[in-house]
Amino acid sequence: MIVGAGECGARAAFALRERGFAGSIHLVGSEPHHPYERPPLSKATLIDDGDPVPTTVADEAAFAERSIEFIADTTVIAIDRSAATVRLDDGRSLPYDRLLLATGASARSLPIPGGEHALLLRTFDDAQLLRQRLTGGGDRRRVVIVGAGFIGLEVAASARQLGCDVTVLEMAPRALARAVPAEITDVLVQRHLDEGVDIRFDVRTTGIERDGDGFRVLIADDDKPFAADIVVAGVGASPNVALAADAGLDCDNGIVVDGHLQTSDPAVYAAGDCCIARHGLFDGRLIRLESWRNAYDQADVAAANMIGETEAHTAVPWFWSDQYDLGLQLAGLFDAASTTCTRRRPDGVSVLFGLDDDGRLVAVAAVGTGAAVAKDVRVAEKMIAARRHPAVEDLIDPDTNLKTLLRGT
Amino acid sequence: MAEWVRACEADDVDAEDVIGVEIGDARYAIYRSPDDEFHATDGYCTHERFLLADGLVMDNIIECPKHNGRFDYTTGEGKGAPICEDLKTYPVKVSDGVVFVSLG
Repeated sequence: MIVGAGECGARAAFALRERGFAGSIHLVGSEPHHPYERPPLSKATLIDDGDPVPTTVADEAAFAERSIEFIADTTVIAIDRSAATVRLDDGRSLPYDRLLLATGASARSLPIPGGEHALLLRTFDDAQLLRQRLTGGGDRRRVVIVGAGFIGLEVAASARQLGCDVTVLEMAPRALARAVPAEITDVLVQRHLDEGVDIRFDVRTTGIERDGDGFRVLIADDDKPFAADIVVAGVGASPNVALAADAGLDCDNGIVVDGHLQTSDPAVYAAGDCCIARHGLFDGRLIRLESWRNAYDQADVAAANMIGETEAHTAVPWFWSDQYDLGLQLAGLFDAASTTCTRRRPDGVSVLFGLDDDGRLVAVAAVGTGAAVAKDVRVAEKMIAARRHPAVEDLIDPDTNLKTLLRGT
Repeated sequence: MAEWVRACEADDVDAEDVIGVEIGDARYAIYRSPDDEFHATDGYCTHERFLLADGLVMDNIIECPKHNGRFDYTTGEGKGAPICEDLKTYPVKVSDGVVFVSLG
């Protein structure tokens, strides 16, 4: 039984079959769509010509071929662990031997008066609504985005490409402060400024008021409010833990799982955005990751362990963000780094490496046109996985092929 | 009879690396293996349309730059999820420092 039919849940269902599991598989999702990819929602879904359609990862035929029973538009409302059943909102109860929670995360709304006026972006339906607003109305649309995280910046780039006037208001002193070093975010922020996006830091949004057909976005210290036709909130996501918490499973900023993605109940596993997992590469630290790759990797690990194999969760965290024609890629955890060093490539791209106290490579990030940084980030990711301790002078020397460092010690 | 089309200079490709070339309206990827053999495949990953030339070559494997789909570029064989379709390969020959592919 898999609860949650995002990419993680769908991948887990497929992985169970690929690993030879022959029993019954139910995959229950609360959205009306077949499982689809979320990364395009802030980009292609908003700006591409033609009617947007979800990028489906598994259709009816794929499920039928693998004998996976997919139940759409249905929410699991309770888990009875002593009876080993789940209750669905259509009234049914279904039994399980092993349960995987892949419930994902929900976009946070703005906790301010009028916060409900801000559009959120998490689902395909959210993206469709945002697209209608951004492209509707004929006049030049004024968009105010609260939050300079990944969603905020990606929506800013898309809205700008649609010809909107875009302002981004960020409470912190810089963009993407949670995950990415300033040296990398500066490149992205400069590009937004060059594209005509107005980005303000250290600005706290205090309220949203209606103003005719539009809105007034109020900010702290009685500074002048911002006029907007559309307000978007990109202030992070909260893991969907209510179902697990109600069932008495340990939760703490995510469903707590061990290094094999098992919850405090040995019959129940969790994977993807909803869980906080002990990470084998980082001293078993509890880490919650919200990314496409993590959803995919953890689905595989959970599927293996659910059918009696033993796989540890050790995959290097990795994600990307595309804004305009720039691509950011990041692998590892800058949280775990105590120093950084930079390789300046002849093409102008900077690759930033993070090392811990022992000189072990623990993080890498770079931004460049298209996929220009993909190779370097990928080799560095393999170095992180192999726990390499490269010399700083080799890392920063653009004439040293990173592959030789990977094969070194 | 195979028709050989010029793809690139042999020196354009580093050992254990890949470059992208455009022939007619189509994109191809030209590989140089660690033991200095040349190979050619379609330019795009079979999973989603990302250019393999941006991906990483390690030994006989090319990885898609976006989703890490892996292929053996000498045979085109996909190496597991998210790949469900093999990559098309093309015969290659090198003559006087020029790499030719047969697209027939």
